[in-house]
This record gives sequence, C-alpha cells and structure tokens, in this order.
Amino acid sequence: MLTFNAQPKITKKLSSQLVIASLLSFGLAACGDSYNDSDNTYTPPVEPPMEYSYSLTLTNLTYGQPLSPIAVALHGDTKMWQVGQAASVALEKLAEGGDNTDFIALAENLATTSSDGPVPPGSSVTLAISTTEAMAKYLTVVTMLVNTNDAFSGLTGVDISTLTVNQEKSWRLNVYDSGTELNNEAVGTIPGPADGGVGFDAARNDIDLVGYHSGVVSKDDGLSSSVLTQAHRFDNPAVKLTITRTK
Amino acid sequence: MKVIKKSPIKTALSVLALAFASSTTMAQELSITVTNLTQGLHFTPVVTAAHSNENRLFMLSTMATTELQTMAEGGDISGLVSMLTNADANINENPAGGLLAPAMSASFTLTNDSANTHLSLAAMILPSNDGFVGLDSWEIPEEAGTYTVFLNAYDAGTEANDEVRGSGAPGEAGMPVPPPLDASIGMNGTGVTDMEANDKIHIHRGSLGDDDMSAGKSDINNSVQRWLNPVAKLTITVL
Repeated sequence: MLTFNAQPKITKKLSSQLVIASLLSFGLAACGDSYNDSDNTYTPPVEPPMEYSYSLTLTNLTYGQPLSPIAVALHGDTKMWQVGQAASVALEKLAEGGDNTDFIALAENLATTSSDGPVPPGSSVTLAISTTEAMAKYLTVVTMLVNTNDAFSGLTGVDISTLTVNQEKSWRLNVYDSGTELNNEAVGTIPGPADGGVGFDAARNDIDLVGYHSGVVSKDDGLSSSVLTQAHRFDNPAVKLTITRTK
Repeated sequence: MKVIKKSPIKTALSVLALAFASSTTMAQELSITVTNLTQGLHFTPVVTAAHSNENRLFMLSTMATTELQTMAEGGDISGLVSMLTNADANINENPAGGLLAPAMSASFTLTNDSANTHLSLAAMILPSNDGFVGLDSWEIPEEAGTYTVFLNAYDAGTEANDEVRGSGAPGEAGMPVPPPLDASIGMNGTGVTDMEANDKIHIHRGSLGDDDMSAGKSDINNSVQRWLNPVAKLTITVL
C-alpha cells in the first residue's frame, strides 16, 4: 500500500528515468528506422487507490425504543466521545433530538453514511460504507434511543484495520447518556413518539459528562413527572452491531 | 477484548523460556485504569489486588466475610487489605485518593508476583446500603496487551436495602452519607424494606429510589442514582 507521503518521491524517480529513456530513444530513432519509437508514449501506471468496503448490520434489541437514523463514520485514530468528558454539540444534537446531520458533518470523518429513517424495536438495518482513504481505519456508529431525554448507543474509535475480506465482527452495545439534559422524562422534552417533544436544547442542565445511562424510570415506576410508561424501559445491551469487510 | 499479537520472535523466545523454566511464570507489570461508568454513583476507595487462585476477595452465592461486609456497608477497605496482605497479595489501595466520582477514572500500576495470577477489585457504591462494584478472580493473561473488563454491581447481602440515611458501620441500618453526597441525597424516607431475605452475595437488584427529596419511601433519587450494569470498566494493560 502506498502511503500518502511516499507517492511524490516515486513519481519524481519515475519521471527522471523517463527523461533518460526518451533521450535515448530519440537518439536511436535519429540513427535509423529499425526501432519502434512507441516507447516514447510510455506513462507510469497509476496505482488505483485501495478501496475498503464494509457492510454493517444493526439490530434494535429494545422493547420500545425506536433508534434515530443510524450514523456511521470512518475516520482516523480519535474517539467522538469518552466517559468522563463533555459531549460535543454534534453529539448533543444527536443524543437529545436524534438529528445526526452535524455528527455526519464532523471534520474528522473521512467517510460517512446514515440510515434513511429510524430503526424500530425488533428491526434491523444494513448499511454499506466504502473508502479509499488509508487513514480511515477507525469506526464510529451512533444512534439515539428516541423515547428518552438524551440516551444514545453506539461505539466510537474502534480499529477495524485488521479485518480481512469477508471477516465479520460483532458487538452488543450498551446505552450512554450524553449528560447534557436532565433525565426528567417530562412532557415536551422527549422527541420520540412517546412524547413528540423538543429535541435539542443548547442549555446543558445535567452533569455535562458522558457516562452510562441509568435507564428510564417512567411514571409507572415512581417518576410522577414522566411522560414515559413501563413500556419504554430498557436494559443493556440495546443494540447489536455486526460489521463485515466486503472489499 | 483487544489483544496485541506477539511477534513470532517473541513467541519463539517465550517457548524457549517455557522450555527452560516450565514451572516459573515471571512477575508481570500491570497498568490499570478503573472507570466509574455511571453518572449518579460514587465509589468509595477502591481496593485492587493480584492474588493466588486459592484466595477470593468475594464470591457470588456465598456469605460475605466480615471484611467484605465492612467495605460494602461503609466503604472501609482496611479489613480487606489486611486479609490480602496476609495472603501475600499485591495490593493497590485508594487510587482516586478518596471517592471516585461519577464518570471519573483512576489509574495505577500493579506488579504482581508470579504466584498471584488472579485479579480482584472491590469498592462500595454510594448511595446504597451494602452495594459494591466488584471483580472476582479474573485470570491475568500472560500475553502482553490491553484488556477490557466490565464490572457489575453486587449486593453483599448483609443489610436491608432500606435506602434511607443512616450508618456506615457494619451491622447498622441505613446508608452512610459522606459530605460530597449530602446535597444529592433525599431526607425523611420511610424505608423501602427492612428485610434482607437473601443473605448471600448476589447481583444487586438496583435501587428503587423515588422522586421526592424530602419524603417518600427512599432517600435515593430515582432519576439520577439508579443504574444499569455494567457500572465500571477496568482497562488492564499487561506490559
């Protein structure tokens, strides 16, 4: 595999060889017609960039939590969130409102895709992603559990460069809390069908550190302000993810 | 779990080493990070130890030792530390220098003697009556690499989960409330239960909590201080 830095060097070397070659053939051609001078048109073969393609299948394992459109990104060695650190605004928008537009647009991403719509409980979605970027060795997948204040599931910064073609790898994913919105489960604060409330709110009124989610309480289990019922409760894991390298 | 593969040369050397000293395993150096994954629980001082396979810090479905009870009800690890010292364990105490706050991590190194092949960890979770985060005898891999282990919350089975303010002394009712937690824990709870029917160590059923900070059954805040397992992550790098 050619690294980005090595390529100009090789081109330089090739072009100086070409100059010598063409000078030689020019001289030979001048001497007679016994040589075919079509060698003059020789151009170095352009190495087509290596393409890596993957198929990802994500299954919603919950009882009553639709998953917002799944964001998938390939990028360099970085993590898009970490337990104990504040969520980015892009992650906050996704975790509070299910909107992955900003997350997909993050500058770190080298290749991205998104499912067309939400993934209902019990359903799966399969997505394809390809890249020719040699640096795009790390995977991030993220989605919101929409009947919550700011719960999301996914994984980030996972090295997939060791996968061989047709090799498959699976994870069972736990649920994070972006820490950006109180889990009051109140009317008007939950974007999913349980409420149809507001998604993203720029104010951060929770711990402002990403951590694992403590689960929803619901009005049936003692949170009187909650718009959620027993049917919206969930446990870990919430999502199954399988990746297969296809190319 | 991610394993860094050995180079063929290193493997060949290991085979040679094994051939010359088949019964001796070298001491290992471990770089360990414990992360409190929750957003609403504090961990009291953590004790981590490498010990022989014959010893256990705790074991599911058995009665807690007095030392474990003391840790689980009040966060005091001194009893467990002396127990481990007597068993020639390699011990790390209190890497966070006090409470390990929600979503925070603490890192330390531990060099384990060749006989100490298994790793265990314990710390009380707050607020709780006798809940603790634990790791019971994880076999330390011989292969260099970074390993991740997720930890669950256990119940020592030594105290009723009444979920009201009280004592951290072993055998006394109620939850200890150190100053950093005072403002986040309710008052005047009437008590969730006075029974502890299962007196053996078991997976914690979770706290009930309620949404009333000045009354109700529980002094635990149900939308902040409940949890789902796992509650902690241990990242262990075998050097």
